Amino acid sequence: MAYFLQQFVNGLTLGAVYGLIAIGYTMVYGIIGMINFAHGEIYMIGAFIAMIAFAVLGVAGVASVPMALIVVLLLAIVFTAAYGWTVERLAYRPLRGSFRLAPLISAIGMSIFLQNYVQLLQGARVKAMGPLFRGGFVLMEDEGFRVTLSYLQLFIIVLTVALMAGFTLLIQRTALGRAQRACEQDQKMAALCGINVDRTISLTFVLGAGLAAVAGLMSTLYYGVIDFFIGFLVGLKAFTAAVLGGIGSLPGAMLGGVLIGLIEAFWAAYFDAAYKDVAAFSILILVLIFRPTGLLGRPQVEKV
Amino acid sequence: MALARAAPTVSSGVLRAAFGEALVAAGIAFMLALPLAGLRLPINPMDSVIFRPWWVVVAVATVFLGRLGLALWRARVAPSRRNGVPLLDRALAYILPWRRGIFVAFVLLVAILPLMPFADRRVIDLGAVVLIYVMLGWGLNIVVGLAGLLDLGYVAFYAVGAYSYTLLIIHLDLNFWAALPLAGAFAALFGVLLGFPVLRLRGDYLAIVTLGFGEMIRIILINWSSLTGGSEGITSIPTPTLFGLTFTAVPAPGETAFHQFFGIPFAGVHRIIFLYYLILALALLTHVFSMRIRRLPVGRAWEALREDEIAARALGLNPVMVKLSAFGLGAMFAGFAGAFFATRQGFINPSSFTFIESAIILAIVVLGGMGSQMGVILAALLLVLLPEVARDFAEFRMLLFGGAMVAVMVWRPRGLLAHREPTATLGDLSRGREPAP
Amino acid sequence: MTVAVADVPAVPPDLLTVAHLSMRFGGLLAVDDLSFVARAGQITALIGPNGAGKTTVFNCITGFYRPTAGHIALERGDRSFDLDQLSGHRIARDAGVARTFQNIRLFPRMTVLENLLVAQHAKLMRASAFSLAGLLGLKGFREAEARAMSLAEDWLTRLGLVHVADRECGTLAYGIQRKIEIARAMCTEPCLLCLDEPAAGLNPRETAELSRLITSIRGEFGIGVLLIEHDMGLVMGISDRIVVLDHGACIAEGKPAEIRNNPAVIRAYLGEEDPRAGPGSTDAPGAGDGA
Repeated sequence: MAYFLQQFVNGLTLGAVYGLIAIGYTMVYGIIGMINFAHGEIYMIGAFIAMIAFAVLGVAGVASVPMALIVVLLLAIVFTAAYGWTVERLAYRPLRGSFRLAPLISAIGMSIFLQNYVQLLQGARVKAMGPLFRGGFVLMEDEGFRVTLSYLQLFIIVLTVALMAGFTLLIQRTALGRAQRACEQDQKMAALCGINVDRTISLTFVLGAGLAAVAGLMSTLYYGVIDFFIGFLVGLKAFTAAVLGGIGSLPGAMLGGVLIGLIEAFWAAYFDAAYKDVAAFSILILVLIFRPTGLLGRPQVEKV
Repeated sequence: MALARAAPTVSSGVLRAAFGEALVAAGIAFMLALPLAGLRLPINPMDSVIFRPWWVVVAVATVFLGRLGLALWRARVAPSRRNGVPLLDRALAYILPWRRGIFVAFVLLVAILPLMPFADRRVIDLGAVVLIYVMLGWGLNIVVGLAGLLDLGYVAFYAVGAYSYTLLIIHLDLNFWAALPLAGAFAALFGVLLGFPVLRLRGDYLAIVTLGFGEMIRIILINWSSLTGGSEGITSIPTPTLFGLTFTAVPAPGETAFHQFFGIPFAGVHRIIFLYYLILALALLTHVFSMRIRRLPVGRAWEALREDEIAARALGLNPVMVKLSAFGLGAMFAGFAGAFFATRQGFINPSSFTFIESAIILAIVVLGGMGSQMGVILAALLLVLLPEVARDFAEFRMLLFGGAMVAVMVWRPRGLLAHREPTATLGDLSRGREPAP
Repeated sequence: MTVAVADVPAVPPDLLTVAHLSMRFGGLLAVDDLSFVARAGQITALIGPNGAGKTTVFNCITGFYRPTAGHIALERGDRSFDLDQLSGHRIARDAGVARTFQNIRLFPRMTVLENLLVAQHAKLMRASAFSLAGLLGLKGFREAEARAMSLAEDWLTRLGLVHVADRECGTLAYGIQRKIEIARAMCTEPCLLCLDEPAAGLNPRETAELSRLITSIRGEFGIGVLLIEHDMGLVMGISDRIVVLDHGACIAEGKPAEIRNNPAVIRAYLGEEDPRAGPGSTDAPGAGDGA
């Protein structure tokens, strides 16, 4: 039981990271109907910028941990968002209205480009960082097995919940959210109603990149090691999460992320850790076969 | 001087706008370059971060000048061209009537390559690599180009072909000619097994599922050590024989070597040349097969489904079966190529079957021009030979590769040679008649 | 090409029977307990104001939607098919129901001839022995292909479109694309042809040509034609029977003359629901004479 609880906590933390990235996939898919294949790389760039920011603050001699966290969070979001914006502007916007596969292939190219770009600039070796804060709460103790919720895990989960709440408000209550939902339904009509479609789409990418940066920061803190290749697998799993939850749905992305995190944690704990990714992808295939709209997605009526 | 004299024709308004655009672009370039180019994480985590201001300066200046140049070029040169047919299309229209001749000439050239005086071991080997990619490109072209199914896990079928070939050779003691078709059949079987449930999915979902499938196959290959040898793979795969003639210096008792049979001195390059012709034959087989099947009902059904699935269904086409046939046949050719790959290398391991390999094959199909057989050749030549020529830039290879994929898509979304030939024509019939009133 | 009907009986047999059909999308009841029949050798028009559920009925008949309730049965020769149970491609292939679409759905990057050949897929696929005979270039397949080509050519000749046979469909004018879509549907050799607003976007001359084409199809092939159309001139001129839909339900059924004077129909078109359709609109049943 204790072991189960510990895996639950670990899976939840992992799921929070997946969920934040999944939101980026789901928003972009919702608004322009393409899989932003390079989104995993945006997350990887976010992780790098976060680690670099920590290193710079270390040089600058900032000793206060909360202070450092806030500054790094903001820096990572701002600089990563610039990457999100640029990717859309260069690789996707010229292809809007082009044939179906063109943006996706452009996105794959962008993903390969960004991976090698970071590898060239930062080196291929794994980058490591010491833990920023240690310790945690002991939730229960059972036959010598301690179930802990580390401060870091708590931070990740709380921050994710806060971001989700803020985001839901943003989409439901603000003019930007309205514009976004309008573009999602009908770009031409939205444009005729005076919505700047290009800017709305750009902002969607910026917001998605911002959340991916937060996820990057979290995994930098959580794992302490990053390299230029982390975006591929995590991106793939985050996309799986978005599909699992129902692509186009924000709560769905979060739910999907948490489920994938939990599946991975439990599979690794009770079965064979080597096959945990196989488990995640198998779930993707099964969900697509039996419930193509995902858990919270709305069914699509085929227009004839 | 000529440039300077031409400059005054640009109005000051255009100039100011161009400057503005360039400044914005430079600002964004600064944002992008500062954290990742300007600062570098130390190799040793104990050391402090490395600051490289010049990298930022160079990046910002390049983007500023580039954007300025682009804006000015657009203002001056582009308007006069905008209505014209692009240069490449004009060139293609000129070449098009000769395409058959060009293709035959090209095949002949490829066929006599090993006999050329400059053809040493390295050249022939490289030729074989290009041909593998051409074959894989033609195979994937059936799936992506004709049927319009985006398969991001094509390498999985390549891997299935290579591993099933190797295991058949080693455990069942089959020879190359028996194991080759079986390897293709295994790959096709995997294609059908995966395709059956997922081919109902929408285009981009299919892309992700096939990508996931590719990763699953790779993970299984790494972890199922008892069968696949894990990440070490399997070594000492024998070279195929030519009608029973081996390519070893000293053949085993009861076997005859190629050089003995023809009474020539032994040379290692014989084996290389033999493998070269083998892959040439396999590639040509793929080509002939795709050209023929394209003109059959099933080939037209693939294209119809790519164009409009709903209309195709309303005409009585069964979408799942039609897609499955494309998926399975594409996988089969990947299986053949995989078997050849295994036998050429003499060893296989999972690291040959990563996602990047799928991306390269896809890039060959897409950059060449979807559905275009010649485009595949052109793209395979470019992608395999350029890195060889520019060895000094080896570390930029994948960077350029990714960048080129984006650039070609933005520039020519339908690929370099996007010509489609009708599969049937009334031809002379329509030319002879006037339109009815 | 076989001309099926030699002597037309006084009342042709029922070809398509729609019984108590309902289709619900979430909270919207698009088709509400609809029943009607379409007969072989007759043109049955399905009319009604925008949003009345006409295309939804088509989509149920051709298998794109599975009806929420009700039955759709089709008699083809001595076989009968439950269309509400069949998948879309089998309705076209086995039951012989062909259709066109409101917004033309040709294969834009394929030539006109290729479009007409795809329509003969099932037949050619059998002849090619699922590609094997085709790959080997056997004689039987080559002959079947030649027959398919000549059927396509017959249709192009009839429509006066032989000169565009080898052009890509996407590059052709709208009116021509409409005609080709009908020819493509006819190349499947159907027993029921469903036309979804075939006159939309055509000029008067093209519409007149279309009306001749549809009547000639009815006369020559003896097949049933199901027609959704807003051009009342066309509908009144060529239909044998008219079914009027409003809010998913049938409000009138009968010969053109009966429909024209039916008060319920006039109310549906001119009443409070749709104030835009004024007395002069071609959208109203009384407006055109079909001349």
